[in-house]
Amino acid sequence: MTEPTELTPDGDSNLIETDYEIGQDNINTQIGPFNLDVHNPVFLISGLCIVAFVFFTLAFQDSAGPMFNAMRVWLTSTFDWFFIASANVFVVLCIVLVLSPLGRVRLGGTDATPDYSYSGWFAMLFAAGMGIGLMFYGVSEPLSHFSSSFADNAGTPESWAPLAGAPGDAEAARRLGMAATIFHWALHPWAIYAVVALALALFSYNKGLPLTMRSIFYPIFGERIWGWTGHIIDILAVFATLFGLATSLGFGAEQASAGLDFLFGLPATETTKVFLIIGITGIALLSVVAGLDAGVKRLSEINMVLAVLLLLFVVIVGPTVAILSGFFNNLLAYVQNLPALSNPIGRSDANFSQGWTAFYWAWWISWSPFVGMFIARVSRGRTVREFITCVLLIPSLVCVFWMTAFGGTAISQLVNDGIQTVVGAPLELQLFSMLQELPLTQITSFLGIVLVIVFFVTSSDSGSLVIDTITAGGKIDAPTPQRVFWCVFEGLVAIALLLGGGLGALQAMAVSTGFPFTIVLLLACFAIVKGLMSEPR
Amino acid sequence: MYSHIMVPVDLAHAEQLHKALQTSADLAKLYQASVCYVGVSASTPSSIAHTPEEFSSKMEEFSQAQAAKHQLSNVSSATYISHDPTADLDDTLMRAASETGADLVVMASHVPGVMEHIFASNAGYFASFAKVSVLVVR
Repeated sequence: MTEPTELTPDGDSNLIETDYEIGQDNINTQIGPFNLDVHNPVFLISGLCIVAFVFFTLAFQDSAGPMFNAMRVWLTSTFDWFFIASANVFVVLCIVLVLSPLGRVRLGGTDATPDYSYSGWFAMLFAAGMGIGLMFYGVSEPLSHFSSSFADNAGTPESWAPLAGAPGDAEAARRLGMAATIFHWALHPWAIYAVVALALALFSYNKGLPLTMRSIFYPIFGERIWGWTGHIIDILAVFATLFGLATSLGFGAEQASAGLDFLFGLPATETTKVFLIIGITGIALLSVVAGLDAGVKRLSEINMVLAVLLLLFVVIVGPTVAILSGFFNNLLAYVQNLPALSNPIGRSDANFSQGWTAFYWAWWISWSPFVGMFIARVSRGRTVREFITCVLLIPSLVCVFWMTAFGGTAISQLVNDGIQTVVGAPLELQLFSMLQELPLTQITSFLGIVLVIVFFVTSSDSGSLVIDTITAGGKIDAPTPQRVFWCVFEGLVAIALLLGGGLGALQAMAVSTGFPFTIVLLLACFAIVKGLMSEPR
Repeated sequence: MYSHIMVPVDLAHAEQLHKALQTSADLAKLYQASVCYVGVSASTPSSIAHTPEEFSSKMEEFSQAQAAKHQLSNVSSATYISHDPTADLDDTLMRAASETGADLVVMASHVPGVMEHIFASNAGYFASFAKVSVLVVR
């Protein structure tokens, strides 16, 4: 059941003086039987724009897809240096904060106590942040980098290999492949999330501003954030979150139905996928109505237990010793290759640095308003040092371990046992193909499908809470029908795009929002330092 | 008959609570009961307060104002912090009722509509499941 904490004094914090009252721009109205308490104009504009974009994509499929894709490719190839350099800034900032005296600042005031235990907090971080990606890319990405590095053309401009590749050298290609994968999943993405989350938590819990994206900009724009400057930031955040979630929901339904087909021979038709989306949205709906503690947190915990079971299984029945020693080898390979991989200029591996790294950074950054806001919501009471340790360092180590277990096993199946099926399988089936080579396939593949589905539920429910909060002007006690609306809306957008085509187009659109948000995040870095300096430590 | 009355208060809509507040004050005087005003807030900044601390002091101010207005001698206030008030309000109030040792809860509610068939109103849920007497004022 819920555990509302008894109020304790929260000690010192340095509130920002503003005349703005949270909810002052909100419209309180009743439409039919539904009570609404929504921000004007963020709710209406973001809702209408999303509908317009979906219609545009469906109506002009032939031109919309290539157009959004071209925009995405242009952004990630022209501004690859910008994405890569910015992500480095976020990592450096986080590490400096852990080490500096600013790390002592406590989110919520000097005497605040943590809202959640480590286990509950950690489960929610992972479930919202990247769980689903780990399922999707845990096997395929290491394999992909390994193969391109090992190939004869590695190091040439046509190659997709990281850095210079390692043509013909399996051991070097394995190390490079793992290092490149870990590079995309460890410090940098979590630093991106940590920056947004820390900025939001700081300006909300210590400065007293509403929990919405615009609050981060108070040190820069001052009172103007309550006007259109702020509206645009919030609308962009809603956009990025909803499109990111809806397209992932669509792709996730494809992976889950491919898995069901593989395992039970259930044909992966559009009907199956639509039912999967309805099912995932339905569970997410129950979860948001039950609330943060009884719904989202509980599902995240179930999720973490299942993921740990699957991980342990792969470690125990897979090449155990190789995975355990591989963890340290891969960590070392990551550290050794980190300077070269994160170098923003003068790269000779344009396909890799633009097509993989810059794409990933744009993608993580476009997810950052959602994940960052959710992390902020559950992180009150932690010091900055604890916060960064748990949001940056521990998740990075977990990702190294996960990639080692799943990707390392798949690479060793390919190199040592000569198994070609995994690398030849379609992307969404590579996890299941890898599991098939291990014992107890039926059980583990089933667990894999359940995990894919539950990870989607936990992204969908936390995403709906975040969008609801932003579109209610930072109020987290808006009426229940609003969060129901966003959750259903997300499912409907996913179904429309799945049936009408255009998931790829809108994903490109969502990733493109990563560009403006990179600028937003750089400004957030400045705001964090400025905000932390004025806090009692 | 009653010795300790609990009154849940939504500070954002205090003007709509007039009847419930008057009723609880009258009953308190009739039975010489103490009154505890209970507020529930999230830990994030809201329209009422920027921090839980500020919320708690506003609740205390509110209870003192009620005491002065209705000439009540024995009033107190309690603040509960919920992670997600939209979903947890009912359970939080239930907990407050047992922790404050109330033997009567007086609470305001709106007139039920279609939505109440799907999501029970807070007062409706509370009256159904609370272990103490509940007076729902419409």
